[in-house]
Amino acid sequence: MAELSIENVSMRFDLPGGTSIQALKDVTLHLKAGELMSVLGPSGCGKTTLLNIVAGFLAPTEGRVAINGRTVTGPGPERGMVFQQGALFEWMNVRENVSFGPRMKGMPKAEMQQIVEHLLDVVGLADFKDKAIYELSGGMQQRVALARCLANDPDVILMDEPLGALDALTREKMQSLVLRLWKETGKTIILITHSVEEALLLGERLIVMAPRPGRIHREYRLPFADLGVGADLREIKKHPDYDPTREEILNMIWNMEEEIMGRTEVAT
Amino acid sequence: MTSMVPFLIYLAIFAASYLVVNKAIRRAVRTGLAARKTVTFGDESAVVPDRAASVISIVTLFLLWGIFTGSALVPAFLHMPGPYIGGGRFTYVVEDRDGRRDEATVFWRVAAPGEKGEKPEIDPGEGPAKNDAIVIRAYRSAQLSWDRNDEDGFRRKAGARIIEIAGVPVDYDPARRGEADASDRPKPVVEVENATVTLSDKGALIITPYTGWQMEPIWLPPPEDVVKRLFDIASEGFRGATLWEHLGFSLMRVVVGFFFGSLVGIPLGYAMGLSNWFRGWFDPIVEFMRPVPPLALIPLVIIWAGIGELGKIVLLFLAALWIMAIAARSGVSGVRISKVHAAYSLGASKSQIMRHVIVPNSLPELFTGARVAMGVCWGTVVAAELVAAEKGAGMMIMVASKFQNTDIVIMGIILIGVIGFGIDILMRWLERRLVPWKGKG
Repeated sequence: MAELSIENVSMRFDLPGGTSIQALKDVTLHLKAGELMSVLGPSGCGKTTLLNIVAGFLAPTEGRVAINGRTVTGPGPERGMVFQQGALFEWMNVRENVSFGPRMKGMPKAEMQQIVEHLLDVVGLADFKDKAIYELSGGMQQRVALARCLANDPDVILMDEPLGALDALTREKMQSLVLRLWKETGKTIILITHSVEEALLLGERLIVMAPRPGRIHREYRLPFADLGVGADLREIKKHPDYDPTREEILNMIWNMEEEIMGRTEVAT
Repeated sequence: MTSMVPFLIYLAIFAASYLVVNKAIRRAVRTGLAARKTVTFGDESAVVPDRAASVISIVTLFLLWGIFTGSALVPAFLHMPGPYIGGGRFTYVVEDRDGRRDEATVFWRVAAPGEKGEKPEIDPGEGPAKNDAIVIRAYRSAQLSWDRNDEDGFRRKAGARIIEIAGVPVDYDPARRGEADASDRPKPVVEVENATVTLSDKGALIITPYTGWQMEPIWLPPPEDVVKRLFDIASEGFRGATLWEHLGFSLMRVVVGFFFGSLVGIPLGYAMGLSNWFRGWFDPIVEFMRPVPPLALIPLVIIWAGIGELGKIVLLFLAALWIMAIAARSGVSGVRISKVHAAYSLGASKSQIMRHVIVPNSLPELFTGARVAMGVCWGTVVAAELVAAEKGAGMMIMVASKFQNTDIVIMGIILIGVIGFGIDILMRWLERRLVPWKGKG
């Protein structure tokens, strides 16, 4: 298991015409092994940029990301990613998608098959292993994406709004699945989301980011993720701390959005 | 105006069959969900081809073809009137320079299509102007030098001219045709039974028997002739090669040209999609060559590579090359970045990403390109063979047209169309079989 440290990371995009955008400024975070951190923030606060830097797809203009002390210089199999929909390989069936990582490593067939069978069992797709990706529903596709990521046994899992395109019911089921997988595998997880509820329910730690420049605005430690493992998430929402925290964060984000967009008068 | 008649008949059949099918026999064309839709105008998904209309449309085309060519496949009462076949006569009066007049008779006969016919035997008659006889081929008119058998004074050279045709006075003097006001004295047109008669500039008789409404076989042969020609050529061949050789040569050129075009074009497109240098180097070339119609290259290719096989294959290679390069390039640039990122995060190397992500992801685009390229190549090969070839579908119809073998031309066009359609069907079938994920990513 791995520790992840994000040290004074800044990111500036130079635009044509001499101007530049400060997407991230001086972001520092340390994740202990097995921590689940959710990241919230209004659009444009740099949360996807941060994730891309951790994944190694972008090199920060300043600072560094390190896993167990080793600086990240590019993408690698120890950092798995789960994207919003559309990142599965539709020319492969479910089994081939899940076995992609091990196959690229040249893992022996028998061992690979065992891993795939096990993971498809875990995500509840055992009966669908020979189906084409486009025959599956959106929720099932995201289960495949989770399984594909886990098949590679990464130390850190980076999730970029993985449940963003799902309907409310499927989403709730998937949230339970993510919590279960987190507890069972002990992976370090960073989850980016737009949904305050999702961030509250899944985040052991919750980071609220602010835009212009993208930075960490507020950090919470929450009990809900631990309580939610194996429990009904709707029950968790009845926890006395749940609603006040949610209101606080919603207000915080609402105020940031208003600062950007200008105040909107709501007719009463 | 008369050439509009087939179109008017076509429109009439279109409208009439619509009324008959929809108002008289109508059953619902729309089935399933579409049948329950209350709003269908503007809803493209609710528009389905009416199979009855398709059948009537095709039948109408062949029917029109049949009735305007007097086809044996169409009942005779539907035929448009054919050309007049048979004989006729009319009288004319000649006046010589001194005002003496004499009447003579023209006996004319129209030979059946494809026959020469014989001149009617006649009695030369009384007087200085003798009776004349002429045989005219079907669909044609003929010029009659009526004075050739007349006595000297009644020849045109001696100033004699026709002043009356079939009892109608005629005022045209060929001797005055060069004068300034000549256009004020139009040449007469006299209707006689089954023909019209007029005068040539020099005063000879021009007899135009009634030609009817049918097309002459030299312009449009009846469908059965085309079918017969198909069997003739399929068994006997045409210009030293069998029909299958002609078609096979065209197809072979397309396949070989397309193969080499893809062989070079696909890697080129991939390189352009993956490397800045390749993109920069080849973009101007590809973007310039893409809009150049391959047909415009024919003259240059003939200069460089001659009119033999090599020239044709080079041309088709060039036709396929740019299309396939562009298809491969857009196949690479069309890959969703999250798929590539996912593959990198799963530990794939560059070559593994190429093989397992970029190539399969570009296959749908490649197939679309291949379909377009095959279509363009087929059109180009026919055009190239029209220009010069020893064998080939295009050469067959071009040579046939020089000899006015319209039936071969039409047969060739139909075969070319069928093969082009067949290529497209084949490519679509391959596409469904090989890239079932197309459009589902």
